[in-house]
Amino acid sequence: MNFNRASEKLQILADAAKYDVSCASSGGNRKNTNKGLGDSKANGICHSFTEDGRCVSLLKILLTNHCIYDCAFCVSRKSNDIQRAAFTVEEVVELTINFYRRNYIEGLFLSSGIFKNADYTMERLLRIVKKLRLEERFNGYIHLKTIPGASEELIQEAGLYADRMSINLEMPTEAGLKTVAPEKSHEDVKKPLHFVNQHIQAYNSDRKLILSTPKFVPAGQSTQMVVGATPESDLEIMATADQFYKAYNLKRVYYSGYVPIRQDSLLPSIGTPPPMIRENRLYQTDWLMRFYGFRVNEILDDTHPNLDPEIDPKLSWALRNLHLFPIDINTADYQLILRVPGIGVGSAKKIVAARQFGKLRTYQLQNLGIAYNRAKYFVRCADSPFASKDWQASQIRHFILSSSQNKRQSPQQLTLF
Amino acid sequence: MEIYVFDDTFEGFLTLIFDWYNRKPGSITVSSAKHYHPQAFSQTYFIVTDPEKAMRVATGLRKRLSKEAWRAVYCTFLSERLEAYEHLFGFAVYVFSDVSQAESNYGNEHVLFVHQMARKVEREKHHLEAFVRFQQTQDGMYYAPIEPKYNVLPLIAGHFRGRYADQSWVIYDHVRKYGLYYDLQRLQLITLDFQRSHNFDTPARISEDHHEEMYQLLWKDYFKSANIPARRNLKLHVRNLPRRFWKYLTEKQVLD
Repeated sequence: MNFNRASEKLQILADAAKYDVSCASSGGNRKNTNKGLGDSKANGICHSFTEDGRCVSLLKILLTNHCIYDCAFCVSRKSNDIQRAAFTVEEVVELTINFYRRNYIEGLFLSSGIFKNADYTMERLLRIVKKLRLEERFNGYIHLKTIPGASEELIQEAGLYADRMSINLEMPTEAGLKTVAPEKSHEDVKKPLHFVNQHIQAYNSDRKLILSTPKFVPAGQSTQMVVGATPESDLEIMATADQFYKAYNLKRVYYSGYVPIRQDSLLPSIGTPPPMIRENRLYQTDWLMRFYGFRVNEILDDTHPNLDPEIDPKLSWALRNLHLFPIDINTADYQLILRVPGIGVGSAKKIVAARQFGKLRTYQLQNLGIAYNRAKYFVRCADSPFASKDWQASQIRHFILSSSQNKRQSPQQLTLF
Repeated sequence: MEIYVFDDTFEGFLTLIFDWYNRKPGSITVSSAKHYHPQAFSQTYFIVTDPEKAMRVATGLRKRLSKEAWRAVYCTFLSERLEAYEHLFGFAVYVFSDVSQAESNYGNEHVLFVHQMARKVEREKHHLEAFVRFQQTQDGMYYAPIEPKYNVLPLIAGHFRGRYADQSWVIYDHVRKYGLYYDLQRLQLITLDFQRSHNFDTPARISEDHHEEMYQLLWKDYFKSANIPARRNLKLHVRNLPRRFWKYLTEKQVLD
């Protein structure tokens, strides 16, 4: 491998791939049974963190940034005047193996611009994963981007070697996508998602009968939406996510705050900061849906189409539903405890386990590691005074915000002087 | 109050529990040889580590604990904190008092402590699995120096053996002066004599034939390119990647 050339390519093709949010290496379970290199465990490992605070768990690169498409939001679009490069199959394999051996990464995230046509590109991606698995006996994690429009045989074969596959929705609605990428449509994404999902289900049911059934995309599928480039509401975004979770059994939906990369009348102007808080609130909502038993329309509806940037969606929901609170920590259902702002899945389980030994008192609840400053307005313990104060939602909101803002603001104020 | 001192080993600690039940001295202070300071007004009892006694205590605890709780006991022990030994002792006595489901009474201070300490140690273990950086040396072996907060080397051994089955490697704990060596067949504990080697951080020189430096540079290139300057958030960066690990992280070694 020519070092200077590889270094140049790596800089170009990692730079172009970094706007893809997914870096998860979890959900795989590929054991090192062949005395080869690596294994993937169900819980992923973040090996490093960039200065923007995002995790680095996979070598995330494009095979090439040559592309036949011209999507307004994409760095690699045809009309953009940038340096182009393409890795050879050997270069990607060598980088992956050598980075893995030094424990820099959990595996490879391989995406690509589309050169020539979909099948030509998909074929290259397939050659890389096959070489890694079959020749290098590599058992690390591989996340492969499905190239929309590639033939089903190629996609199916790739699924036998990849741990996860994904295709990005790009924009949360069809209308939004059409304005910035007229050549693309959600239909192009749905078809391969459906195809891969069908195969995952089929292989899984075969495995119940025949143990030796090969693994097919064992870590499932994911997708990504760009947030803040087009004018969709949070309700539209989460409704789309919900629909895709259900229709295609997705493992994850990622929300990527748009970082303006060029001046374009269709998109936010250069220098507009990426909507980081909004992105964070969307992820919180996503978690509430997946792990806390919330339905989308409990959190967002036509009267509340957008998430509150100041407070998290669970607190926001609780303040709108004060008639359900306070709940008694010693008798309430697990599902209800899970809905208390400041109590997470782990703490809710501990509360249910611990209360069998006697009624829990306030200090015990505080010791369990919940965010008591938030939770205290919504729970009663064994020693809570019989009649607790009847606060209004706006008062509770004010109390919580002022106690958390004091902490947040003090270092900022110092910089004024 | 008597001070019970064990020899810093897990077996020694388990023997301590056995001896306490045997001698019934009432309440005691627990200490390990490393933490022990003689005190004028208390008597000291030095534990003589006995594998057989240790095994009996271990068996008794395992019978009354879930697999997870037994692991939490071991992890808490590996924290090497004096207060951890005290709480572990309290925890063991509570478990042997035959309360049913003792391990999930998070209202009990010892149970909660063991649970929380074990989590800290598990987090350190996870950090190490992530932040170990191997360098290939001239003899082809992969070498990684570490300085973990807790004694997690025994916890990460299996992870690295499963992962790097086809390369020989050493992970060396510079705080506790011992390491793990995998020679493609077996995993063994080693201590190295660093006085004789030129560089304190590597047992043999970095390999030139194997392009070690080149891959380090490529990794630094990648690390830089993956960053999005518009989203810069150093506070989050440091929280996720604590400074104490930077010393051995290839990507945090600034280029000259």
